[in-house]
Amino acid sequence: MIRLENIQKIYATPGRISRALDGVDLHIGQGEIFGIIGRSGAGKSTLIRMLNLLERPSQGEVWVGGQNITGFNDAQLRAFRQSVGMVFQHFNLLRSRTVLDNVCFPLKLAGMRRDEQLRRAHEMLALVGLTEHAAKYPRQLSGGQQQRVGIARALASRPRLLLCDEATSALDPETTQSILRLLLDINKRLGLTIVLITHGMDVIRAVCDRVAVIDAGKIVECGAVLDVFLHPRHPVTQSLLSESGMDAEGWREMAQGIQGRLLRLSFRGDATVQPMLSRASRELGVDLSILQGSVSRIKDTPYGQLVVSVHGDAAGQARVVELLAAEGVECEELQP
Amino acid sequence: MIFGNIDWPLIGEATIDTLLMTGFSLFFTVLIGLPLGVILFLTSRHQMLDNAPVYQVLSFIVNVLRSVPFLILLIVMIPMTRVLAGTSLGVQGAIPPLVASAAPFFARLVENVLRELDPGVSEACRAMGANSRQTVLMALIPEATTGIVAAVIVTAIALVGYSAMSGVIGGGGLGDLALRFGYQRYQTDVMIVTVVILVVMVQLLQVFGDRLVARLNRK
Repeated sequence: MIRLENIQKIYATPGRISRALDGVDLHIGQGEIFGIIGRSGAGKSTLIRMLNLLERPSQGEVWVGGQNITGFNDAQLRAFRQSVGMVFQHFNLLRSRTVLDNVCFPLKLAGMRRDEQLRRAHEMLALVGLTEHAAKYPRQLSGGQQQRVGIARALASRPRLLLCDEATSALDPETTQSILRLLLDINKRLGLTIVLITHGMDVIRAVCDRVAVIDAGKIVECGAVLDVFLHPRHPVTQSLLSESGMDAEGWREMAQGIQGRLLRLSFRGDATVQPMLSRASRELGVDLSILQGSVSRIKDTPYGQLVVSVHGDAAGQARVVELLAAEGVECEELQP
Repeated sequence: MIFGNIDWPLIGEATIDTLLMTGFSLFFTVLIGLPLGVILFLTSRHQMLDNAPVYQVLSFIVNVLRSVPFLILLIVMIPMTRVLAGTSLGVQGAIPPLVASAAPFFARLVENVLRELDPGVSEACRAMGANSRQTVLMALIPEATTGIVAAVIVTAIALVGYSAMSGVIGGGGLGDLALRFGYQRYQTDVMIVTVVILVVMVQLLQVFGDRLVARLNRK
């Protein structure tokens, strides 16, 4: 669906050259929810604006749906943008127009007949659950409701791609969850590809299939969300995870003075709900103590990660890994 | 005898003249100043039609017209006023210099109102595939309506004041009356009446304008 090839974005101001994006290659599949995470200033806003050319790359090509959009002329680009929806952090609604007219706006731009516009807009408002607010003005709505209007507007022209620019960053946690559920629902129902940028791992965990971590204009890590969460490799990924309460290194403090073999166990899917620790303990006669752990969900998949120390005779200790691996648990030996 | 010098029909006529001068020149000021303000905004840095030469030329003209004191502009423009209005006297003769002075002022106000708008609005329009014309006409100007209305009121009030000055070169209206009777003939009562009428006029404009802005803001 989307392919970025060696994207460079350089801002040159007299006496200073800054590289907002520095050789970004990215592949995003049809129907995927793809997350881009990074700290502010890492280049994620610039990156998402490359996908509808609100920002032009200084070098490199952007391919969407088999077309090189960097080669489009103005008219082609405007037509292309009408087939891509975008949702903004601060909603960017027209305050002088009603909710209904805000949703009609992209259709009006595309020259659709008024009765068609209204029919489509009502359909979209029903989709986001705002039917009864159609005649209100944006400022009469809460932040979450305004963002729903933003989403309805973005979907009105039936786009194949939806770009979310920090769509939940201005919302409180509860509203964030409801907006994220709405995005998931839209993705499933309409088969729409969604690309979102965020600075919060919680957003990635709740909705994304794959994630790219961006730092200083470069993609430093990219993969399935589960893999990145269970085995973060880059320091930026690790620190972003630990900031959202998913600290992979917290066990070190607990492990001081503890004898026995230290293991990090990662499990996903069905393995998460199996009583494997008690089985290992019973069958091998070893004692296990948990030094750190989390069990949660990534999108629809349960996953968990535990750091345990294993006490007992040498034979039992050796067989623990074998037994757990047979259950589908990944084991990693840790050194305190 | 107090108010003995007052010729009420003459005062009525002068009041109507002032209203005509203000009204017509406001009309032409908005007609010229609004597009000028929009162009100034659009061609300024980082805006949709970013164009430094156009912006600088327009900006220079606006600054020149704004820096010439109105009284001087009135006199300097006399030959041009004769061409445009057919005369340099009376209500008609006052309108071209009033517009020449107020349009650049109003254009700057419009430029600033547009600059104060959330840049997210233009960005959203661009993302939806709007061209510049659609963005300006369908989004920016409607979004800026309240600010533009407030700018029109400020300009109208300035025009009431300026129109009084045109009495100096025989422009007619309340200013002319105040100058000829109140000042040159020492008829203080005429002076007082004209000033009171001008004050009332400005007050009415302001109150009416504030209400209009408040109503627009309620949306």
